Amino acid sequence: MTRNGPIALIFHSLVVLFMLAPLAIVCLVAFTPENTLSLPTRGLSLRWFEAVFRHPDFVQSFWNSLWLALLSATLAVVLAVPAALAITRWEFRGRGFLNALFLSPLIIPHLVLGVAMLRLFALVGATGSFGWLVAAHIVIVTPYVMRLLIAAITGFDRSVEQAAYSLGASEATVFRRVTLPMILPGVTGGWLIAFINSFDELTMSIFITSPSTVTLPVRMYMYATESIDPMMAAVSAIIVGITAVAVLLLDRVYGLDRILVGQH
Amino acid sequence: MSAAPARLPTPLILSAPAALLFGALILTPLVLTALLSFNEFEHATGRTHGFTVAHYAAVLSDSYYLEIFLRTFRVAALATAICVVIGVPEAYILSRMRNPWRSVFLLVVLAPLLVSVVVRAFGWSMLLGPEGPVNAVLMALGFGRMRLLYNEGTVIVALVHVMLPFMVIPVWTSLQKLDPAVEQAALSFGASRATAIVRVVAPQILPGILSGSLIVFGLSASAFAIPGLLGGRRLKMVATIVYDQYLSDLNWPMGAAVAVLLLAANLIVMLTYHRVVEGHYRRRLG
Amino acid sequence: MSFLELKDITKSYGTLNAVSDVTLSVEKGEFVSLLGPSGCGKTTTLQMIAGFVEPTSGTIRLDGRDITHAKANSRGLGIVFQSYALFPHMTVFDNVSFGLEMQRVPKSDRRPRVEEALELVHLAAYAGRYPRELSGGQRQRVALARAIVIRPPVLLLDEPLSNLDAKLREAMQFELRDIQRKVGTTTVMVTHDQAEAFSISDRVVVMESGRITQIDQPYRIYEHPETEFISRFVGKTNLLPGTVQAVNDRAATVSLGGVPVEIDAGALVRGDTVTLCIRPEKLRLTGTGLGRLPGRVAERYFLGSQWLYHIDGPLGTLMAVTPNDGSAPLDTGEPVGLDWTPSVVRVHRGRLAEAPDPTLEAH
Repeated sequence: MTRNGPIALIFHSLVVLFMLAPLAIVCLVAFTPENTLSLPTRGLSLRWFEAVFRHPDFVQSFWNSLWLALLSATLAVVLAVPAALAITRWEFRGRGFLNALFLSPLIIPHLVLGVAMLRLFALVGATGSFGWLVAAHIVIVTPYVMRLLIAAITGFDRSVEQAAYSLGASEATVFRRVTLPMILPGVTGGWLIAFINSFDELTMSIFITSPSTVTLPVRMYMYATESIDPMMAAVSAIIVGITAVAVLLLDRVYGLDRILVGQH
Repeated sequence: MSAAPARLPTPLILSAPAALLFGALILTPLVLTALLSFNEFEHATGRTHGFTVAHYAAVLSDSYYLEIFLRTFRVAALATAICVVIGVPEAYILSRMRNPWRSVFLLVVLAPLLVSVVVRAFGWSMLLGPEGPVNAVLMALGFGRMRLLYNEGTVIVALVHVMLPFMVIPVWTSLQKLDPAVEQAALSFGASRATAIVRVVAPQILPGILSGSLIVFGLSASAFAIPGLLGGRRLKMVATIVYDQYLSDLNWPMGAAVAVLLLAANLIVMLTYHRVVEGHYRRRLG
Repeated sequence: MSFLELKDITKSYGTLNAVSDVTLSVEKGEFVSLLGPSGCGKTTTLQMIAGFVEPTSGTIRLDGRDITHAKANSRGLGIVFQSYALFPHMTVFDNVSFGLEMQRVPKSDRRPRVEEALELVHLAAYAGRYPRELSGGQRQRVALARAIVIRPPVLLLDEPLSNLDAKLREAMQFELRDIQRKVGTTTVMVTHDQAEAFSISDRVVVMESGRITQIDQPYRIYEHPETEFISRFVGKTNLLPGTVQAVNDRAATVSLGGVPVEIDAGALVRGDTVTLCIRPEKLRLTGTGLGRLPGRVAERYFLGSQWLYHIDGPLGTLMAVTPNDGSAPLDTGEPVGLDWTPSVVRVHRGRLAEAPDPTLEAH
């Protein structure tokens, strides 16, 4: 393919700068030794990271978010694998409806989901329950898992399973030894993308968390609307770091472009 | 491959757990919220009961709400337009790069998508703050310190940052499907680069641009964290007004009415697009 | 009683019959091919033997046992799929070993059997590789080894060679036959390639719109096609419509558009409408004025080992094939004579649906 011209490269550099600048400044400011939000011009300091780890609210919210993301991503995979198999492998009444239902959280604003679940939780007396929060997160991360799984199962040569059957394998064995290993990249990729989305989710969670279940993004949002000090930057830098690790893992396991852009 | 008739219920059994959860946590709460939006609200006691369309009437006639809806629409439309102007050329430039640069920069452009929106909003508030680097550059250039935060411009810039990946992704996808030989063929017939792009490349990636615009518009119109953190107290948008109604004023029926309108607007745009645009382009471009 | 027996097998999808009344007996150790164009029901028939598709009616017996409704995983048949269907996440060794594991063969017995099977397909050195690291031909052999290692009573091959390029396909044909002879497994193969079917099968089953139209040895199918469809589907042929004019005890005279041609009488009656089939290689090109019919070379095509001529004459355009024996070929426009032995002419009753265009008959 032909190379890009100089104007194109300048444009591209500006876009890259634009995309990275907010993340870069957050990470830099996190290391400031000052008491105010400022770039670390007089040396680097970890004092604000220390402050985060001493702040019980942030620590608790971090664990909340971690458990929430681990649970909801895992349970979303457990629910999505059979559902994706049903949708891709069978023709049945209501298949189109189920497919649309499972993908619907992608087009329903999280704000709307948030207020809707708040209403439901209030009616059933589940406000502030961690279990119901997990359930709500499962719902919003399942579509990401579904999309990858449907792609993985659709691109699957059924005769491989038939081969296993013909060699005497039972249906359970075929699933365990053949089907599951073959869709494993889709499962793992789906789990990671679900984990990241759950860990980052703010808009819905802000309506349905209680003081004891506040997640990290919600905690940060509420903290940032009241006061702004370098501790916010330190928390942000930690999140950027965690996300970077997850992104690199994701890239290794499944290929980031395949997840974000789709299969080609 | 169809199953034997005896195994007909299998797909229903397989999808039942997920279907039950989605029924309980998507359909039920949405229906409840729609019903709630028709309840009367007693300011004194906070009780909700009865039936009224007053909330919808208020939203559709009160200039306060109309202004918020109008502002939300304007901000989302501008953010979408800027995303097109930046995202489409960027996707094209990315597609013309060679590996490993292509993968590296695709990651750079798309990965911020996975960083929490709170972090990114916070980053922008520091960049544009009175002591931030942008003001430092402006002062160095002799423009003096400017008030860059808490206005529509800030919100739009940050929205563009958040939404750009959603524009690059579909455009990139349609560029991947494009046969590079087609552009070369146009060039071989004597078309200039610009003509080749306008007449040959652009029409083929138009569906990608349209679907990207739709996602960006939908997400921008319902964005919460960006206007909440960068819009300040006065610059309200639809999402922040719903938040206020629910968590400050505790007028849930009013908030529900706004949320229902937001959802309806979103679904109408999406479904219209699906019907009109996709059908049209599927026929032409397979 | 035959080893594998299909009796009146029918598979219908709604009102559509994919397979109708298929009856077939396969002897132990025999290599039988199901030959036909796509959509003729051959693959559905194979899948019913395999157990992936349940017949609507009829019975399938294996070694005297009724397996019509047995599950695929209880039949113990070896299957080679068109796409090979190797397990991509398992090594060659594990692929071949899978079936033995399912049969609960002890681990210590598995290794020698897998090695023996890989030896047979010349892949002993590749046991540790993954399928994606193998060439198409090697994958095909792994699929074969995986199918035969379980010592199946019947080996089913679904278009096993269609994904290979032409040269490899030919080499594999002979190897496949070789292996099948060595192992002695009863084999049923599905193919749309007549050359493949002819070169390696003991018998060929020709299928046409869901029905069997002929079961015979390859040579017999070629020389004595029982329907006009078979004579067209199998190899090239000249089809000539005509009417029987005169019959005596030894010969009949058929008028082909006014041109009288003598053939062996058979059971023909005066006035019958018939179609004569003459294979191109059975036409002899003779000097001008000799032979049965005059003609003129319209086109000639070089096929390597042969020359194919289109000869214009009183019967229209006929195809003739002569071996490339090194002598100079005929030139376009050259007048020739056409001759043949009456016994090589095959007669089908009835007239063609449409006049054959020789250029479209080439398969």
